[in-house]
Amino acid sequence: MNYEIVCGIETHIELATKTKIFCGCTTEFGGEPNTHCCPVCTGQPGSLPILNQKVVEYAIKAGLALNCKINTKSHMDRKNYVYPDLPKAYQISQYDEPLCEKGYIELDSGKRIGITRIHIEEDAGKLIHENGYTYIDYNRSGVPLIEIVSEPDISSAEEAKEYAEKLQLIMRYIGISDCKMQEGSMRCDVNLSLRKPGDPRFGVRTEIKNINSLSFIQKAVMAEAERQADILDAGGTIVQQTMRYDEGTNSTTPMRDKENSDDYRYFPDPDILRFSIDDEKVEEIRTSLPELPFDKLKRYVNVLGLPEATAKQISRYRKVAEFFEGALAEGASVKNTANLIVGTIFSNMDTEEEKELFAVRISAAQFAALVKLADEKKINIGFAQSTLQKMLESGKPVEEFIKPEDLVGISNEELESLCKEAVDANPKAVADVRSGKDKAINMLFGYIMKKTGGKADIRKAEVLLRKLIGQ
Amino acid sequence: MRTGISELAIRLRNREISAVELTKAYIDAIEKLNPTLNAYVHLTFDTALKAAEKADQMLKEDDAPLLCGIPMALKDNICTDGLTTTCCSKILKGFKPYHDATVWEKLKAHGAVLLGKTNMDEFAMGSTSETSCYGAPLNPRNTNYVTGGSSGGSAAAVCANLAVYSLGSDTGGSIRQPASFCGVVGLKPTYGAVSRYGLIAYGSSLDQIGPLTNSVKDAAIVFDAIKGGDKRDQTSVDYDYGSSLAECLDRDVKGMRIGVAEEFFNGINPEIKSKIEEAIKLFEINGAVIENIRLPALKLALPVYYIIACAEASSNLGRYDGIRYGYRTSFYTSIEDMIVKTRSEGFGDEVKRRIMLGTYVLSSGYYDAYYKKACLIREEINREFDAVFEKCDVLVAPTAPNTAFPLNYKGASPVEMYLSDICTVPVNIAGVPAISVPCGEDARGLPIGMQIIGRRFDEATVLQVAHFYEQIAGKVIGAYEGGAGI
Repeated sequence: MNYEIVCGIETHIELATKTKIFCGCTTEFGGEPNTHCCPVCTGQPGSLPILNQKVVEYAIKAGLALNCKINTKSHMDRKNYVYPDLPKAYQISQYDEPLCEKGYIELDSGKRIGITRIHIEEDAGKLIHENGYTYIDYNRSGVPLIEIVSEPDISSAEEAKEYAEKLQLIMRYIGISDCKMQEGSMRCDVNLSLRKPGDPRFGVRTEIKNINSLSFIQKAVMAEAERQADILDAGGTIVQQTMRYDEGTNSTTPMRDKENSDDYRYFPDPDILRFSIDDEKVEEIRTSLPELPFDKLKRYVNVLGLPEATAKQISRYRKVAEFFEGALAEGASVKNTANLIVGTIFSNMDTEEEKELFAVRISAAQFAALVKLADEKKINIGFAQSTLQKMLESGKPVEEFIKPEDLVGISNEELESLCKEAVDANPKAVADVRSGKDKAINMLFGYIMKKTGGKADIRKAEVLLRKLIGQ
Repeated sequence: MRTGISELAIRLRNREISAVELTKAYIDAIEKLNPTLNAYVHLTFDTALKAAEKADQMLKEDDAPLLCGIPMALKDNICTDGLTTTCCSKILKGFKPYHDATVWEKLKAHGAVLLGKTNMDEFAMGSTSETSCYGAPLNPRNTNYVTGGSSGGSAAAVCANLAVYSLGSDTGGSIRQPASFCGVVGLKPTYGAVSRYGLIAYGSSLDQIGPLTNSVKDAAIVFDAIKGGDKRDQTSVDYDYGSSLAECLDRDVKGMRIGVAEEFFNGINPEIKSKIEEAIKLFEINGAVIENIRLPALKLALPVYYIIACAEASSNLGRYDGIRYGYRTSFYTSIEDMIVKTRSEGFGDEVKRRIMLGTYVLSSGYYDAYYKKACLIREEINREFDAVFEKCDVLVAPTAPNTAFPLNYKGASPVEMYLSDICTVPVNIAGVPAISVPCGEDARGLPIGMQIIGRRFDEATVLQVAHFYEQIAGKVIGAYEGGAGI
């Protein structure tokens, strides 16, 4: 393609506060239609909004995690438009005084994608089309959102995906949203235009609305860039419009805009007073933030000496990282702890969500007790793995599975005599190994493991056995 | 003089009359007079009688509140759970809220007896109550004249003794001007002194609920009961008034500094001007210091008011779309068509006029020239009031430039009508408290109102000065003949 992609992403994220932004209704997902609402969030005449302070706090958390400047003085505006899912005919949002401004997200390449602003606002209800009728569910009406607007710094489909992925990771990490794209708690709108490389001017842009998965972001950017390139190549011009990405056909198509005008007639909401946030409050929130995944990753590699791939897998999920660090704090070794998490615990978890939730039945301390046995070579790694699996399944501590007599290692002399015994007792197997049927050695391993109750170091045994067989 | 709340309270406690009997007397009067006066648009006699029975139980206790068992009325824009509340607009036809306004919740806890909802200009937009979809209420003092607006029904009900007191709302004079036209007392409290929760919004940064009564003392008693911060209204303030204002009314005006700004007297009917000047003289004779002060920005108050109030209204009234409640057009082809037809049929002309005006001043390209500029001038007006209140304790002014208009007065264009709010709107813009008290009559026998304006949250001084005037001037206007005869 002879063009350069200029792309910015607007992301709406539902905040995980217990109650809505302007009333006491629950924000819980689902529920029978219109059961999570009240006079305020259904816009009944005479009702008034009360700003939920948790929402402000969560938005500041997001701002700090994305390196933003926090505006300690702010206010809410009304964005006026008519649509049946918007019960007041205006959305309470922020226009010219967003809570956070001028931040960035750093990509793996070191490139920074600027964050223009983050503001708080309320979600609208949901239209349900059924049997030729349209129904409205206001359960979602008034659920708090933050809108994160990036600078048009993104210049490829891969960067677009990485930006959204990093954003999702950070938001989950700081615990302000579950960011489930398929449930709509994270929604991305992508703005995209093309220009000739080196041209300082922006081309006409289009907006791809409501993309609901990370991989679709990448695909949608590619599809839209190709569509625009084809038009430009043919000498045509791009029309500024809203597009929809169709995953079935992997293409973008224009969609009808729901607002009939772009004039939202923003003005300060007279029902909500201007508010200010103390600098101390901002500092308090800053110190409450967890170490972010990328900082953790760097520390795991540079300070703890973990291989990058392992460090990435552990730092990616906050609960996993906490479990890992918890075990280290109990004195377990970095290497064994990391390997047992990635090798054994993760093998029980198929999905991202499971790793995100990291619902394990043992504590970090119980886990550390096991790891330390392996660290001290009182048990071998294979035995540690199988014991860990039993612990995970039962939720019982390590003492339940490893008796004190198990911990006495097999001495080298003992092992040597056992190996001799095994060779003498299995002449056929020995002959088979000698004639090249290498698998037959398993018979000898089995003999040794049976005699030792699984405690023997099988790699050591192999060396001894091969010496005895004469290989 | 009519029996005040405190006297009624004594009679109720002495078992001279029960709350049920008192309520029945008012019901009888309403049944007799309301068909003519049209002060009430929804009657709630069943609930009133039940409330009265409950009040009689409460009255057996020594600590029953002062307002217990007293029959009263609410303006039709104050939400009452399960009871029709329509803002006198076709678009809210049959609307029964699911929630009580905070003021009503408070009054109910005091054992108040609600007789019904009173007539008003549609969505509180108007100065005559004639924009009501139920037709205009008539001025009990002379039924050829309007009650004023927008709380016209609330003023008429109190004037005709069809309620002991009523609540109205005041965005640009809607309590004070009808009080003036009907010869009753009307208090617009400081913005934030009374919760707006449950008041159907017109201009949210200006709206305030307040009492209409027959005496300053009654106004103080009702204000005592409804004031206070509310966790459901972020703009409300939990101001510490110290004690009950009704118990601190007696205060001499000696040494008090009373401000008079000539800007309030420009273009005022000469009869009204001379009555207010007589009152000022009376204050002076009694030892008050009269300060002649200037409020140059006052001439901008009217356009500022109409820009801000209409801008807020255009947004506040967007929700009436026929989807969730109220009126819905019968025939439509799509959701857009339904909304357009519902609003076209449901709103009256004055409401449409103000929605269009408000939409215009907020539109991109016009915002800076109108809305933003109006907000800046609003700040200037506030500064002028602040400066004046460094020199004065209260300001005295006419409530309206004229007495009641004849019904269906065709002489006035909408702009001329807007001009009649000239004395009241500056008070809403500045958010300060003001009261209108009767101050004589014009040659036709129509009541004149005097306005006393005070510092933010200084309702105490406003009420004291008004009470002082009421005491020395006597009830200068003849009481309305008829009503509940209590």
